Amino acid sequence: MRLDHLAEVNKARAARRAVILATRIEGGAAQVIVEGDVSQGFLSEAHLLPDVQAAFASGKSALADFEGEAVFLNVHLPPPRIVAIGAVHISQALARLAPIIGYDLTIIDPRTAFATPERFEGTDLVADWPEDVLRTRPLDAYTALAAVTHDPKIDDFALAEALRRGCFYVGALGSRKTHAKRVERLQAQGLTPEQIARIRAPIGLDIGAASPQEIALAIVAEIVQAFRRRAISGAGE
Amino acid sequence: MSALLDPLMTAERWRRDGRAVAVATVLETWGSAPRPVGSHLVIDGEGNFEGSVSGGCVEGAVITEAMEVISSGTGRLLEFGVADETAWRVGLSCGGRIRVYVEKLV
Repeated sequence: MRLDHLAEVNKARAARRAVILATRIEGGAAQVIVEGDVSQGFLSEAHLLPDVQAAFASGKSALADFEGEAVFLNVHLPPPRIVAIGAVHISQALARLAPIIGYDLTIIDPRTAFATPERFEGTDLVADWPEDVLRTRPLDAYTALAAVTHDPKIDDFALAEALRRGCFYVGALGSRKTHAKRVERLQAQGLTPEQIARIRAPIGLDIGAASPQEIALAIVAEIVQAFRRRAISGAGE
Repeated sequence: MSALLDPLMTAERWRRDGRAVAVATVLETWGSAPRPVGSHLVIDGEGNFEGSVSGGCVEGAVITEAMEVISSGTGRLLEFGVADETAWRVGLSCGGRIRVYVEKLV
């Protein structure tokens, strides 16, 4: 493996772009294929090859056969990212848990009393309204959104945006009663019942979590479950 | 992206620090294998390692092979399974089989 190839792969991963490192088993020649880019190397028109497209779609690395030559396609999809709305106690625990499982985390809260660097040292924290932040940093299919402020003024827009953008996980803190009111508001905003039904509420796997730390763990576990069991076209599991 | 416990980020950092590095990759699995295809174990010339290619069953053997790959510069294809005890003296207690490619980072 060449260092320049590895650096290119790591750069694409850091930029949340899907990337494949294709390696010829015989001789070890390699080629980096970034999704959406034309790549140079022993596989010409690599991004058009069905095996390459299947690997991007499924995220599954595999040996492939190109004109009788065994080539290993190691695919790296963007790491799942968690966007938490609310710089609350639960989010402080999320900030500790997310790096351990390798998920990126961004916390958004316009309330500057909550969103302080002291409370979230080393975490990507944005003290602004979700409406403004998500315009420049859009949600995507590899993102999980957890709304934990309890405040409709802050949570609702982000929830609606997450449903529209197809986030693989959308969770909202609050009792069933709170959620029933939330459903009414989201319907009034024009979201369909099918979209709204995707919201996990009450948030988190049911492990009897009580403390903020335990709730954070339940949320992370639910996000992992949603990611690993998400439907991918072309996935052969 | 979290660099914590990320073997490919570690490999790049080690190499840039001037350390000799080998990268091991799971190419194929059969049966119940603990780590999926594409998983990495990275090893430096001192035997330090990060990542995994199994649940800890064959890492020792891969590290030994990696030392030779680092000194020779030639990649190696390794196969591990319960039936391979005579060949590698290690196996996967889970009953699966894996193929691992070890190459030098140059």
